[in-house]
Amino acid sequence: MPVKLTSYFLLLFALPWVAIWAQEDQMAKVKGGVYTPLYGADSTAVGVSDFYMDLYPVTNSEYLAFVNDHPEWKKSRVKKLFADGLYLRNWESDTKLGKKVVPNAPVTNVSWFAAKKYCECQGKRLPTMDEWEFAARADETMADARNKPGYNKYILGWYEAPHTFKNPIGSTFKNYYGIYDLHGLVWEWTSDFNSVLLSGESRKGNDEDANLFCGSAAIGATDLMNYAAFMRYAFRASIKANYTVQNLGFRCAKNVIDNKGEQELSFNSMK
Amino acid sequence: MRIYKILTISLFIFFAACKDKPKEKETAAAHKVTPSDKISDMSIYNLPSVWTDQDGKEIELKKLKGKVLVMVMFYTSCKIACPRLVADMRNIEKQVPQEDKEKVKFIMISIDPETDTPERLKTYAQENQMDSDKWLFLRGSQEDTREFAAVLAVSYKQISPMDFSHSNIISVFNQGGELAYQQEGLGVNNKNAIDKILELAN
Repeated sequence: MPVKLTSYFLLLFALPWVAIWAQEDQMAKVKGGVYTPLYGADSTAVGVSDFYMDLYPVTNSEYLAFVNDHPEWKKSRVKKLFADGLYLRNWESDTKLGKKVVPNAPVTNVSWFAAKKYCECQGKRLPTMDEWEFAARADETMADARNKPGYNKYILGWYEAPHTFKNPIGSTFKNYYGIYDLHGLVWEWTSDFNSVLLSGESRKGNDEDANLFCGSAAIGATDLMNYAAFMRYAFRASIKANYTVQNLGFRCAKNVIDNKGEQELSFNSMK
Repeated sequence: MRIYKILTISLFIFFAACKDKPKEKETAAAHKVTPSDKISDMSIYNLPSVWTDQDGKEIELKKLKGKVLVMVMFYTSCKIACPRLVADMRNIEKQVPQEDKEKVKFIMISIDPETDTPERLKTYAQENQMDSDKWLFLRGSQEDTREFAAVLAVSYKQISPMDFSHSNIISVFNQGGELAYQQEGLGVNNKNAIDKILELAN
């Protein structure tokens, strides 16, 4: 009995750890820090805690496995509240990718709800916008390459290239953190995409949106030169959570658990 | 032996946490779905979230089915836009005739659940004469709040420990939980919203 008991407990406690290691296997640890996003809290610096981020965007075949386990996310069964009519539109059927879809290309035409659920089912979550942008400042060699002309040129060149969503994951550069494809394949959902407050009016450039948004005076781009980032924020402001878009995919993130076993706050506003 | 069971079960829950509808098939087969149970694909009653009201009671969104809902997202420490947003809500509430008021519920959802405890919401309701049973103040988890905002197409961001930027949108839902009308902005004419509420209530 004591032997059995010990092995039972060993198994019991080992299992979750194995699961956690397995989850972090295909993830990179991003050391947090303070940075000023293009568009943030009072347009000042925000703090980002350490976090894990998937090395690659989620692929069609990975998403297919998820759909098989969770039939309520099949394209014929998904509720319109959670995903619009273009959900997985290029897939041949509920359970077949078909010829038009590259299995190891990023899954696109997925809604925010679908992306969020997928990550939850992996024991992960979507990255916050601040986390995503923090990691995406990197090029191959630097954590923050935003001032390099080549960095912005690369991204803007990609924005003009058609059908990059059909390219397999890992086909763009490996960044400073070891993460691939943050730029170059697809745009990605973030957990708080709906914290960008741009109205039709503010995109037109007049200032009459004070009645639409409380505290809209705080909104402003800190670096309008960073046109690539501006496009991302404007895009996020223009989409709704059940929209599915052909060049919009996602990847997951995860909190880093500190020594006390407590989860760190995923993002703190810093003044 | 019991402890084994408990541990095993809790371990199972750990792995199964993402499945919020594992018994869908069984329940559908077990009891016949009556027409009034049915909700459409676009209904907010598809959301599984549980909220806490101003009396500290837990409430499932589904409990509100059958009523016309007028909803706004706000927070109590907001000094700039929210008083006007609240004024708009009160204005709409006043213009719904007494005989229709049973059919309509006015709902204020906090985007600052950390600060807006039930006590705080209750005090706010009393101070603003919104303490009749027509008014429901709700707070949920950060995540459910973000999700609900996503459904309403409301954007918000914490811009300092005390302040949020947020969209000023009043949303009207029909008895089945489908979005029927949205009014965006402050100090706009409430007539269209009121017309829609009355049309749905009658």
